[in-house]
Amino acid sequence: MIVPGGGSTRNTQNLNRDGQLNVVGQSVPLVDGYRKSTGQAIYTDDIKLPGMLYCRILRSIVPHAKIKRIDTSKAAKMPGVRAIVTGAELPNKFGVLPISRDETAMALDKVHHIGECVAGVAADTEQQAADAAWAIEVEYENLPSHLNLKDGLKPVEHPVHEKTDKNHPGTNVHKAVDQDFGDIQAAKASSKSWREYEFTFQGCNHGFTEPHSTIAHWNSEDRLVVYSAQQVVHYLHRALSEVFEIPAHQVQVIKPAVGGGFGGKSDPFPHELVAAALSRKVRRPVKVTFDREEVFLTHHGRHPTEMKVGMGIDKKGKITGLESSVLLDGGAFGSFGVVTSYYNGVLSNGPFMLPSFKYSGRRLYTNRPPSGAMRGHGSVNARFATETLLDMLAEDIGMDPIDLRLQNILPENTLTEFHRFRITSNGLKAGIETVRKASGWDKKRGKMPYGRGIGIGCGMYISGSALPIHWDRLPQSTVHLKIDKDGGVTAHTGAADIGQGSDTVVAQCVAEVLGLPVSQVHVKSADTDISPTDMGSYSSRVTFMNGNAARKAAEEVRKLLADAASKITKMPAQYFDFKGGKIYCHSRPDIFVTFQQALDEALDHRGALVASGCYESPPLGGAFKGANAGLSPSYSFSAFVTELEVDPETGFVKLHKVWAAHDCGKALNPLAVEGQIEGSIHMGIGQALSEGLRYRGARILNASLLDYKIPSTFETPPIEVFIIESQDPEGPFGAKECGEGALAPIIPSIGNAIFDAVGVRLFDVPMTPDKILAAIEAKKAEGKR
Amino acid sequence: MSQATVLTLKVNGAIHQVASSPSDTLVQVLRDKLNLTATKVGCDMGTCGCCTVLINGQPTLSCLKLALECTGAEITTLEGINETAMHPLSKAFADCLGSQCGFCTPGFIMTSAALLKDNPSPTVDDLKEGLSGNLCRCTGFQKIYDAVLKAADDMRVSPKAKSKSLASKSKKAAR
Repeated sequence: MIVPGGGSTRNTQNLNRDGQLNVVGQSVPLVDGYRKSTGQAIYTDDIKLPGMLYCRILRSIVPHAKIKRIDTSKAAKMPGVRAIVTGAELPNKFGVLPISRDETAMALDKVHHIGECVAGVAADTEQQAADAAWAIEVEYENLPSHLNLKDGLKPVEHPVHEKTDKNHPGTNVHKAVDQDFGDIQAAKASSKSWREYEFTFQGCNHGFTEPHSTIAHWNSEDRLVVYSAQQVVHYLHRALSEVFEIPAHQVQVIKPAVGGGFGGKSDPFPHELVAAALSRKVRRPVKVTFDREEVFLTHHGRHPTEMKVGMGIDKKGKITGLESSVLLDGGAFGSFGVVTSYYNGVLSNGPFMLPSFKYSGRRLYTNRPPSGAMRGHGSVNARFATETLLDMLAEDIGMDPIDLRLQNILPENTLTEFHRFRITSNGLKAGIETVRKASGWDKKRGKMPYGRGIGIGCGMYISGSALPIHWDRLPQSTVHLKIDKDGGVTAHTGAADIGQGSDTVVAQCVAEVLGLPVSQVHVKSADTDISPTDMGSYSSRVTFMNGNAARKAAEEVRKLLADAASKITKMPAQYFDFKGGKIYCHSRPDIFVTFQQALDEALDHRGALVASGCYESPPLGGAFKGANAGLSPSYSFSAFVTELEVDPETGFVKLHKVWAAHDCGKALNPLAVEGQIEGSIHMGIGQALSEGLRYRGARILNASLLDYKIPSTFETPPIEVFIIESQDPEGPFGAKECGEGALAPIIPSIGNAIFDAVGVRLFDVPMTPDKILAAIEAKKAEGKR
Repeated sequence: MSQATVLTLKVNGAIHQVASSPSDTLVQVLRDKLNLTATKVGCDMGTCGCCTVLINGQPTLSCLKLALECTGAEITTLEGINETAMHPLSKAFADCLGSQCGFCTPGFIMTSAALLKDNPSPTVDDLKEGLSGNLCRCTGFQKIYDAVLKAADDMRVSPKAKSKSLASKSKKAAR
């Protein structure tokens, strides 16, 4: 259901004078939907190139050790083996963030985690490659493993990496962030209630269904062509060029269909470099496809986190401040971790006003598989803490948790006091009120029988990071259009469709501006030879940034076609509107030309129409160190209510229903928006109740989809989605993000509902039955005392 | 490959003779030897359902099935049910957004096809039970239910069903 959420009166940015949108706002199937549902979509592992070899990777079996010796001689003689590579052949460092390049394609002199690439083998068959990989002899000299976060804060012997945060030499601190705004001590003193707790979060894996897969071909033109399941072809393109020290134009990265990413395919990965290195040796295509265990060992998922968070309110229920200190288990490498270190603090600056804010974040290197970015990056765990505390504070002053939230919302068209987040549109109030009513909150909260409960959680997320991770002046998104005699519009974009529907967004934006059906726009995405550079599909940026670029490119073409229509009809070009394949005079709809007529006229003596549009974030933010973190041209807001039942005998939670309001600005494709929100909730339910990487020491115990418990159909409740359309002033046609922000609120809404059901608070996520049962028993024991 | 044997498999109505080793799973043969790549491998250990195909009409995890066990059986993949025209399930999965990244979709559609054969008018609870062995990380399942229910509607309007409903209409008219 779509609910108006206020916002800009400039509304839809439609160019037609009737103000109507004809394509945008319609629920349409994804442009690649039929290809996928008939099995015709081609994923990387579906591709078979002539002469292709298969690669298997030898991975470290120990968490932290010096490599004394690698002997590949036996392996090299095994049947079918064509090439072997080891770390020494590819020593250049890489990493997705230029500020923390700490990885090599394969281990050089030491290994940092179980599963790190040590060598790669290319053979005629995958089995031969696997057999040969196991025949490679590696002699390790074990080093002490670093697994405890607090220990890593102090100088240690044999740290995971020599290079650490510059203020913490000799430790395992990868990144330290300290921010102190307002007067937190005064805030504590003035609070009617101040609550402070320690929260613990296990790590989560993205659980995309398609394991990583890459084909690299160093071809006869001395060009490196790489097909890879990637969210950001641009970053892989850069990494390949830098690690192999070849001009970037000699590298082509192509993204075939991708079976889900959720942040887990947004780094350049070692296996992509390994496949390329093998291909360089044999000049034949080399394919590497992971098994599921390798996906878990490569990981880059949500950081295991320990945080101490305090919040207070005054007697009227106004929040007084937030103090938070966070330890993040970064695992063996940097990945996006510098960003995570900031986001765990700064993204708590919404959706509620904070008059004081103190944050210290430490990301620690450990000898576990690397953590990285995962859907809702950096906001999810912190959100659980703040939303839990808000509920407790409301309880303390006898206020309804929803009322407390309503009176603390950041207003639209404001800047946050310290971080200067620019809040443009904000439909949170409408969202909260909608789910309050729909869920029957006022009749249920605190009024249902023991064991049944209802809870709320809210959230805010960025529509793309305003600061690109590479400090250059390239626009964040660029879209090219080409229209030739056939009348089809080809849109070139570097954004990666990973199932979220970004190709469809481009097609819709272009079709809307040109008055065409979506089916007349053909999107060619994420191929570095033909796509303009785009920062790719992460940080929930694509709809906002790439949508704007597509719209602008189409507006350029629209001008050319209006001129052509003017030439034919002798009416001034500015009189023309575009709709239904016609270009018509807005005051005299009987005067029109078809799209094709105008196109034919425009092509005369000129050839194919081409146009380019780009998007760059406006200048934002303050001037302090780290001021760029969390800045976005626009933010989404959400409010979810969950109703559930807790079995007090077993601690088992059964979810009954979720009411989910998400302010995504104008919903370009309501069907796809619902899909994103429902999918985010499903993923969040997993993190809330059952998903968590378990370790024995440095070894993952549940590196399979059998043991890592993603909710099945049975655990996923009905979800009622309310799209709050707040009409963002700068989003394409008023749109904002919807792909990530809708994850965070579900977890605290479940925690808060558990409290309403059985009166216990959980501070350790996932909230598995054993923990809930222990909390219930502890509460009973306390009652008896 | 001294152990290679020639298997005769009937896939999507066509007979194929495939050189295969006894340890080859059905999904390996389908994807690598027969180029039927609609069927996906998500976990290779029977936990995700991406590799589901029909064997004699029964949904089966092709990553756990040895190819040589399948001689003499009718094997049907997503390509097979879409051979002459788009299957109503394929149409509905795209139209209802039952498919986002699409990687689990072939498995879901094959499981659903078998389910609808047994139960042409399923409830959502029937679908929850029948599809519980298939994992989707994108959709939260709701839109998959929408798609299967939509396809069920479309499939019930087959010639047989139509004549039945016409008959009942004419009965009503006669009354």
